[in-house]
Amino acid sequence: MTQAATAAPEALPEASELLRFATAGSVDDGKSTLIGRLLFDTKTLFDDQWDAVEAVSAGRGDEYTDLALLTDGLRSEREQGITIDVAYRYFATPERKFIIADTPGHIQYTRNMVTGASTADLAMILVDARKGLVEQSRRHAFLCSLLRVPHMVLCVNKMDLVGYDEETFKRIEQEFTAFATKLEIPDLMIIPISALKGDNVVSRSENMPWYQGPSLLHHLEKVHIASDRNLVDVRFPVQQVIRPHSNDNHDYRGYAGQVASGVMKPGDDVMVLPSGFTTKIASIETADGQLAEAFPPLSVTVRLEDELDVSRGDMLCRPNNQPRVTQDVEAMVCWMDEQRPLRLRGKYAIKHTTADVRAIVKDIQYQLDINTLHRDESVEELKLNEIGRVTLRTTKPLLCDDYRRNRATGGFIIIDESDNRTVGAGIIV
Amino acid sequence: MSDYRVSHLAALEAEAIFIFREVAATCQRPVLLFSGGKDSIVMLHLAQKAFAPAPIPFPVMHVDTGQNFDEVIDFRDRRVAQTGVQLLVASVQDAIDRGLVTEPPNGTRNRIQTPVLLEAAEKYQFDALFGGARRDEEKARAKERIFSFRDDFGQWDPKQQRPELWSLYNGRVHPGEQIRVFPLSNWTELDVWRYIGDQGIELPPVYFAAEREVVDRGGMLFAVNRFIRPKDGEAVFTEKIRYRTVGDATLTAGVRSEATTVAQIIAEVAATRITERGATRGDDKTSEAAMEDRKREGYF
Ligand SMILES: Nc1nc2c(ncn2[C@@H]2O[C@H](COP(=O)(O)OP(=O)(O)OP(=O)(O)O)[C@@H](O)[C@H]2O)c(=O)[nH]1
Ligand SMILES: [Mg+2]
Repeated sequence: MTQAATAAPEALPEASELLRFATAGSVDDGKSTLIGRLLFDTKTLFDDQWDAVEAVSAGRGDEYTDLALLTDGLRSEREQGITIDVAYRYFATPERKFIIADTPGHIQYTRNMVTGASTADLAMILVDARKGLVEQSRRHAFLCSLLRVPHMVLCVNKMDLVGYDEETFKRIEQEFTAFATKLEIPDLMIIPISALKGDNVVSRSENMPWYQGPSLLHHLEKVHIASDRNLVDVRFPVQQVIRPHSNDNHDYRGYAGQVASGVMKPGDDVMVLPSGFTTKIASIETADGQLAEAFPPLSVTVRLEDELDVSRGDMLCRPNNQPRVTQDVEAMVCWMDEQRPLRLRGKYAIKHTTADVRAIVKDIQYQLDINTLHRDESVEELKLNEIGRVTLRTTKPLLCDDYRRNRATGGFIIIDESDNRTVGAGIIV
Repeated sequence: MSDYRVSHLAALEAEAIFIFREVAATCQRPVLLFSGGKDSIVMLHLAQKAFAPAPIPFPVMHVDTGQNFDEVIDFRDRRVAQTGVQLLVASVQDAIDRGLVTEPPNGTRNRIQTPVLLEAAEKYQFDALFGGARRDEEKARAKERIFSFRDDFGQWDPKQQRPELWSLYNGRVHPGEQIRVFPLSNWTELDVWRYIGDQGIELPPVYFAAEREVVDRGGMLFAVNRFIRPKDGEAVFTEKIRYRTVGDATLTAGVRSEATTVAQIIAEVAATRITERGATRGDDKTSEAAMEDRKREGYF
């Protein structure tokens, strides 16, 4: 193994920023190996973890220690040599603390990739330099853009197997850039790497002097994420009402929730939806005391100047900046159930912000071919891993925004009421 | 705070508080698993913050193997009394006496906790059980959802986990099924210690280094107590140790340490090269997939 190049985590400052990233790309393109490499080279691994992985690898007769074993922790994953479900791993450098979601490339487990990518600030899409873009690379890039992961890095991996050839890299870079113009990708970086050998992962590689950009880790440490949050539109979905019923706090009534977007301050005019009543914020409280302002992702308790009827599923916003209030929802739906397809006129439960409603499928407008982005308007259902544009009618109004403007108020999940499984994800358009 | 930046500890705290409130608002009968160990102590602290100034709206439960460090049980009882929360104890000894489970020949009761936990969950009809497990602890835990569905038998099926998008957690179950909820999923051992330091959270004395009489078993240092008796010819010596985890007292080893304050522990944890379970738990070493297998049986 090569020597670790960065400082060990003890240098972590108290108040470091959190970056969540997810891997993506086709089976065997090297996602788990890359995560193993990052953990190894940042000295995040503990000796006993490394020893355990070395022993398993040696026992299987691997030529070299399989770094993917560091994240592929399930018995069936190790037996099959593939990732099945997301593994979450953690590491820190003096710059930042990272939460990694290492997701599966296999098409059968796309829903698990979507799980990992839904909360990511950055998606790392891997392609095998020998194979170039394959259907699954396009599918994952498309899903990341649909989920509006704000930053994307295309890692052209296994450069060691193509002699670190610049032409190969350039060809894949061009092909991907051409495809990406059809998607909405706000920030794209393309890096040639070898996850196995460590080239351009933690430090710049001497094997590719023609590459002038940063190493992957350097990019992860520096990419600007503070502006990704929506600090403009005040949206505060109420989780529950805090009423202590004690003598000390007899008249206390506070609304608990996590700020979805925007900045709230005591004294601000607010409107309660769906009722439409307006009042002012009396105070913003936490167990540690009152706050002068609240913003994402803080969990707080908001108290209002007037006694209004507010309950779970309601939302606080500013009177001059309100979400849509609608029972007719247009959404891109990613279907994740292998047992039953999404059916026209099917009835489902929906979870959106803190609201639970029921919905009926009014229309399936089209299914999208992810390779060509062609729309097939003849479909009557969406099967596992298919994506389509759907019209829903809900039993109660949703308080929502376009997903592109607000990830927190624009996304919902679809639940099969017969067995409570999560069967779909919706993105409001 | 004018640039609206949030430290990673503040972000983790906000996420955990959100999770507690979601469960309290949507599940019928939640319970928090409380052992007196550091992760469950941090959970209890976060639960208090989530509902303040109201009390915690659910009870806490300890699955008591009867093989605990005395200091930890004392701490548990004191902390529960301070909080005013209801404590339920599901006793493994009692379950052995009743014949629900049988004492394993090696004397460690880790595995037989599971039927006792499941029986208690059924008796009280708990539909959501908070656990303090963290994904950084172990490779099977690294795979588990924050809201982890368990069937009628408490079993985890790693190949059929519910997709978990954004922070839209699906806690729906039918009667008899449960959700295990892990508010500390995204915390590392270091995060937990930093948070303990930051918040001034009190811990049982076993977490701090002190001179203790120990025996060395396979390179692990076990303090001599009610459960660990020196075997014939086994050398007993004095060593300054502390515990990184406090599980079953028959299985949990201490580590050599000079750390008597949280700040010193943070410095040691940051520099350590061995995982907390690897350093201190006999139970995870049995097989490669020991944790996954136990989870499939209904373990936390
Ligand atoms: N030569 C070479 N081999 C690599 C490189 N990266 C990964 N591999 C090998 O490619 C194989 C697959 O790697 P994984 O990391 O398991 O791939 P993955 O993308 O995680 O696969 P799934 O999670 O199942 O989709 C392993 O045998 C790796 O050792 C690389 O940069 N160079
Ligand atoms: Mg993998």
